[in-house]
Amino acid sequence: MTNMVDSKLPDARGYFGRFGGVFVPEVLVEALAQLERATNEAFADPAFWAEMETLLRDYVGRPSPIYHAERLVEGPHAPIVFKREDTNHTGAHKINNTVGQALLARRMGKRRLIAETGAGQHGVATATIGAKLGMQVDVYMGEVDVERQALNVYLMKLLGATVHPVGSGTRTLKDATNEAFREWAARVEDTFYVIGSVVGAHPYPYLVREFQKVIGLEARAQMLERYGRLPTDVVACVGGGSNAMGIFHAFVDDPDVRLWGVEAAGHGLQAVDTAASLNAGSVGVLHGSRSYVLQDDEGQVLDTHSVSAGLDYPGVGPEHAYLKDSGRAQYVAIDDADALAAFHHTARREGIVPALESAHAIAFAQRLATERGPGGLVLVNLSGRGDKDVRTVAALDGEDAR
Amino acid sequence: MIASGGFDAVFARPRAERRAALIAYVVAGDPDRATTLAVIDALTAAGVDLIELGIPYGDPLADGPTIAAAAQRALDGGTRMADAIAIAAEARERGAAPILYFTYLNPIDRYGVERFAREAAASGAVGAIVPDVPLEELPAFGPPLRAAGLAIPLLIAPTTPPERAARIAAASSGFVYLVSRLGVTGARREPDVAWAASSIARLRSATTLPLAVGFGISTPAHAAAVGAVADAVIVGSALIDAYAGSRGAQAAQLAGAYARSLRGALRPHG
Repeated sequence: MTNMVDSKLPDARGYFGRFGGVFVPEVLVEALAQLERATNEAFADPAFWAEMETLLRDYVGRPSPIYHAERLVEGPHAPIVFKREDTNHTGAHKINNTVGQALLARRMGKRRLIAETGAGQHGVATATIGAKLGMQVDVYMGEVDVERQALNVYLMKLLGATVHPVGSGTRTLKDATNEAFREWAARVEDTFYVIGSVVGAHPYPYLVREFQKVIGLEARAQMLERYGRLPTDVVACVGGGSNAMGIFHAFVDDPDVRLWGVEAAGHGLQAVDTAASLNAGSVGVLHGSRSYVLQDDEGQVLDTHSVSAGLDYPGVGPEHAYLKDSGRAQYVAIDDADALAAFHHTARREGIVPALESAHAIAFAQRLATERGPGGLVLVNLSGRGDKDVRTVAALDGEDAR
Repeated sequence: MIASGGFDAVFARPRAERRAALIAYVVAGDPDRATTLAVIDALTAAGVDLIELGIPYGDPLADGPTIAAAAQRALDGGTRMADAIAIAAEARERGAAPILYFTYLNPIDRYGVERFAREAAASGAVGAIVPDVPLEELPAFGPPLRAAGLAIPLLIAPTTPPERAARIAAASSGFVYLVSRLGVTGARREPDVAWAASSIARLRSATTLPLAVGFGISTPAHAAAVGAVADAVIVGSALIDAYAGSRGAQAAQLAGAYARSLRGALRPHG
């Protein structure tokens, strides 16, 4: 039995307990209020969900399967079941959210989508739906990430999007997000900002969760159908935290299901450079909401490091901060070396190349499955596939993947 | 403890001279403490009525590339909250124009809102602008600053609906800051003077506070046009550009000359 929380949050002001809120310059306040009104109207409109469900089925390829990864762990262990978000169109969970936000944008009469991206998965997913709906797409991406995710940069161009490299600050996801906010402030009338995770000012953490919760709703029904019971544990990687909120949400009110968020420890939690906001950060305000932030004693946001660009972010969604403080979910951290080992191991033992982000969740799930023993049942969100990371991993292994 | 004199003193001289006030923004510690002090002295001598002193923050969402880069230079030089407050206190002791802080919520939050309020007031500052604290979050943030005698000017943007603008004006203190156009700070895009004029006309019935206009003001012509309709003209990025890359006396000379060019454009109202 774990601590219970209110799964109906956020409240009217966008708070999950003491986390969340709206901390943005005045120029964006009305835009967020309009977005909130449009979101509430759309969510109450069966026609909106009907179109969403059709696109998720025919375009994204939902429902995604669950899969028993039988050869991942040796010795007595709990079965490990992957929720296969890697099988989605564009190769990750990100598209669930971009389809939803693009439909919202169209309802609101916006002609142009902007997005930040770290690993490039969210940028690709935004460019994809933009191409399908005939909308202009501009993607902001840190220069460091442009370099390490060259494949996705080219994919976005193929899809007709314009990629804007961001050279300020740490030149990664944090700065790309700053730049996307600034661009939105300048073009708020015709532009819809498609945020890629459960971060940002209200209503973004809420609406992104609502678009991603399909992962958990499907997985919960699939587990009951195949195993006749709920999983004992649900495991997902956490950067901003959208795939984790997506799979957690359907299980939050199941008291016997333990929820595990796996952050990126980078070179280690004690190291200067980590990306584990919930494990190594403190309460602060970043990108419009109050949550845990990796920051110094003066409130300056710290440089982060993770081998996975998608987790390389100094903040985390406010609902995760709420789940952490309430004890409903637990947050652990896996370092680069263990994530890379899980990446290789999953490729060799299961014939599945996971995204480096997802490899963090797998690394933790392997330990947990042994700890739980045969009585357990561990569900892991395999949030994306690893094609985009092949060049990074090859370089780390001293191989040439060009 | 230096008496701030409050905001009444800030606007007394421009009112007496029947012209708009000139408010000038610089980042504390850009690129170093001595330069900032020399620049503040020069701005004061050039007739600037209020110094907006930026406390550097590395992720300034409301700011464009010029101010973001200035903040980064200050941070790279080691300027933090206590250093910025010390610069303000020293400037006031040297007879500088009144000082108003400008920074973001996170550095104040980490420093402690009450500690910031106490030390900011003791430095002789008249208030603080915190652009990522909107009206709805003010009740949780504002009281310690107000209790310390600090004003909190609030911002109104072109996207702000009129009814909300009236509520913001009523909750503001010191002055009301009208953002002249969409976007972030910076000199690359022009102010929308017509929008500012119509907003000011509407807001006069909602507040007796001075109405200041900023964002995009970079030339004496902008200052003259905005100064003809507003109670104060705010310049930031263009001023920082005027002395970026220089230090000490040279920076002060460039900043002073630039400020004089704007101050000279603020003619008595007819």
